[in-house]
Amino acid sequence: MDFLIDYIVIPLIKIVIVFLAISGVVAYLTLLERKVIAFIQVRLGPMRVGPHGLLQPIADGLKLMLKEDIVPSGADRLIFTMAPIITLIPAFIVFAVIPFGPTIELFGRQISLYITDLNIGVLYVLAISSIGILGVILGGWASNSKYPLLGALRSAAQMVSYEVALGFSIIGVLLLSGTLSLTGIVEGQQGTWLGFIPRWNIFLQPVGFILFFICGVAETNRAPFDLPEAESELVAGFHTEYSGFRFSLFFLAEYASMIVISSMAVTLFWGGWLSPISNTTPVGLIWQLMSVLWFSVKVLVFLYLYLWFRASWPRYRYDQLMSLGWRLLMPLAIANVVVTAILALILRG
Amino acid sequence: MAEEDEGRQQPEEAGSHEPVADSTADRGAEKPVVPAPPPKKPASGAKPRGPQKEPWTDPLIEALEKTLPDQRVDSYTFLGLRHLVVRRERVTEVLRFLRSNPVEAFDFLSDETATHWPDDEEFEIVYVLFSFQTHNRVIVKTRVKEWESLDSATSVWPGADWLEREIYDMFGIRFEGHPNLKRILLPEDWVGFPLRKDYDIRLQDVEWVRKHLGIESGQKFYVGKAKHEDD
Amino acid sequence: MTTQEHTLFDSNEITVSMGPQHPSTHGVLQVKLKLDGERVMDAECVIGYLHRGVEKLGEHQTYGQFVPTLDRMDYIAAVSNCLGYCEAIEKMLEVEAPPRAQYVRVLLTELNRISSHLLWLGTHALDIGAMTVFLYCFREREEILKIFENYCGARLTTHVFRIGGLQYELYDGFEEQVRVFVKDFPSKVDEYETLLTENRIWLGRTRDVGVLTKQEAIDMGVTGPCLRASGVEWDIRKSNPYAAYADFDFDIPIGEKGDTYDRYLVRMEEMRQSTRIVSQAVEKIPDGPIRAKVGKIIKPPQGDVYHAIEAPKGELGYYVVSDASTQPYRVRVRPPSYVNLQALRQMVLGHMVADVVAVIGTLDIVLGEIDR
Repeated sequence: MDFLIDYIVIPLIKIVIVFLAISGVVAYLTLLERKVIAFIQVRLGPMRVGPHGLLQPIADGLKLMLKEDIVPSGADRLIFTMAPIITLIPAFIVFAVIPFGPTIELFGRQISLYITDLNIGVLYVLAISSIGILGVILGGWASNSKYPLLGALRSAAQMVSYEVALGFSIIGVLLLSGTLSLTGIVEGQQGTWLGFIPRWNIFLQPVGFILFFICGVAETNRAPFDLPEAESELVAGFHTEYSGFRFSLFFLAEYASMIVISSMAVTLFWGGWLSPISNTTPVGLIWQLMSVLWFSVKVLVFLYLYLWFRASWPRYRYDQLMSLGWRLLMPLAIANVVVTAILALILRG
Repeated sequence: MAEEDEGRQQPEEAGSHEPVADSTADRGAEKPVVPAPPPKKPASGAKPRGPQKEPWTDPLIEALEKTLPDQRVDSYTFLGLRHLVVRRERVTEVLRFLRSNPVEAFDFLSDETATHWPDDEEFEIVYVLFSFQTHNRVIVKTRVKEWESLDSATSVWPGADWLEREIYDMFGIRFEGHPNLKRILLPEDWVGFPLRKDYDIRLQDVEWVRKHLGIESGQKFYVGKAKHEDD
Repeated sequence: MTTQEHTLFDSNEITVSMGPQHPSTHGVLQVKLKLDGERVMDAECVIGYLHRGVEKLGEHQTYGQFVPTLDRMDYIAAVSNCLGYCEAIEKMLEVEAPPRAQYVRVLLTELNRISSHLLWLGTHALDIGAMTVFLYCFREREEILKIFENYCGARLTTHVFRIGGLQYELYDGFEEQVRVFVKDFPSKVDEYETLLTENRIWLGRTRDVGVLTKQEAIDMGVTGPCLRASGVEWDIRKSNPYAAYADFDFDIPIGEKGDTYDRYLVRMEEMRQSTRIVSQAVEKIPDGPIRAKVGKIIKPPQGDVYHAIEAPKGELGYYVVSDASTQPYRVRVRPPSYVNLQALRQMVLGHMVADVVAVIGTLDIVLGEIDR
């Protein structure tokens, strides 16, 4: 009975809660983007649907679902349908290992505020997000058209290149934490220096964080690295032939991966669910639930950064983008690993 | 035909559109290099008023005479602008001379255009040049008959490319030596040259419209029919 | 015997047609590109989609009737079109607009130059990806268009001058509104510069892109900011002053390399200099009549004249042939964008596809003017 509850019922409940929460956040992230960018651009954004446009995502979702189902002639129907699904699902299942909070005690049971704690959590995240790239390539190929295919290959090449640098930028954190488990990394960031500076990895790995975030932005095809899907370009993006519900799946996948990168940045570098005031595992139910709030606030800060980048900067040309990834960020990431390793060896004996 | 005349608001009703009698009519004929006297206004009794053409001779003209004799037909100043009328045979050499002569180099081609004078059966090609040193302009004009062609100025200024294409498109004047003489503003297979004076303002290439747009143009006059024929 | 199958990956050159409807071609322009991978091997512009026969219309309308038609040519900076034509006809009639009209003409033309450059900056930045600059520029442009609307009733196709001077007297509060604009505007230009001038991405997209050397520019007949960015010091407002420009104190920015970045800097500086002119003009508008005695029927004497002004896009020239009747015999408009667009091909050869968009933006073309 215990087994049933501990290993089936409770995880199922957690999965449902996380899934609903992330779907809600993804949907409202689209609205947040429009509002934030609008305010930066001295305008208001969506205002009509619901008070201050708050029902806009629902309207958008309904609209996309009710659109005509168009499949280009000559396209492989199965793969055409599967491609957005292949992109979307990995973005969601990454959340299985991200820790939202510490372990709480409820109804006499220890319930951990994460779905599961894989001891190879970081590896899992990197591996699963790589699957998303497959969906991009398949989407472009299944469209049976020259330009979406070329656009898809460009997008995929970009994502793969930045994935390498992304991986390298995390190694510094792994060297310091000594574990691949995400909960372990968060718990390793407890405590303070000098009584008030939290022991977050950002202070030990600033270069690593910057690299991680930049590569994360490039990985998700967001501005300023969004040339493959920009409107003013010739070679249209991989999702040209997609409309209606399938397009909305690609769209949601992009926003979900934004949240993944932000969550990872928070978890690896900014102390996860730890509050900056008292950087320890909280005691008492209320404080423990507050951790989830701290986690959300931090993730929101990085999501805002994503939107801020998009509103402010022009976009890189494709060759400049690839040159940046391979010629600047990769060597920097490798150098970061080497320096971290040497320093860790010296300072820790 | 009455119907036709009311439709055309051409200078016909305003009176004169034949060119001013004298100096302009001399063009095309073998003419000595003495500049023509200023024109007398065909006035209705009043004294000649309005701007006059002042003759223009200065070191530049002398240098031109020395280098390319007999090419100049006329040169005068009118409304503060200097005009140089030359023969059409060696117009590119004149332009080249003007571009790179030591007296006053006009190294910028501002504009190249044409005017149709149907009574003389001639086109007047106009080049507007500008000098960076002296900030002066000069207008070089030459006349070609409707059936003649002209040397292209692209050998002197590559920028004359599109300007001459437009002249060809609108008037039908051919330029020898032009790298890419085809229509630019109108569709490639349009028939007719709109800026000619015998192309009515409501004229359309009805065939083109029928073929490409699939509709009847509905214009009264169309290319291929004589002017006095109506539908 | 096997036949070789050519797949997508075998062919080296593909022909891509950019336009005529495309978010970045600033109008109905079609550019046929021959690409080898990402490099442009050849570019051919196809224009004429907006040809309306303005020059032919000019021969069938009276001199006064033709002025509003000209607004529709360069519809972004309609005031310049009007100014050039009115001055050309005034030259033929040998009348001069009174001083008050001249000053107001300069003021409105410079405001119009600022508004044209603002639109250029907004759309150019938007093409390269900086969305926010677009909206900021349009916010400023709104202020200018409000002034125009208050003055002559229209924002875009203004028909603001008449042959001989102005039609409308200045409204109450005109000077005040212009002063407020002139006070705020330089800080806004600083804002755009903060966003773009030192930005690494902007520099990467515009430095050494679309280079036009000095000799090439002169050969191709390029005028305006494009010519000045290539190093040629020529501005018609200084070399052959018209209207009241001789009374004003302003500088002309000159570039060095002739790449997109230089053209950007030249136009930004031109906006500042135009603000300077406007601030001088608004202080010393003389009193007096606003229109010279031209008479109801305008019949210039027989002859021809060429008059050019410095429009925001380059040298806007009018060649008018008159046969002493009420309608011109020939009106030729020399559109600056038409001649500038010729240079697109050589500016774009060897660059990548994404640069074509940047170069089209930097030439600042208006299809209404090109096609007439």
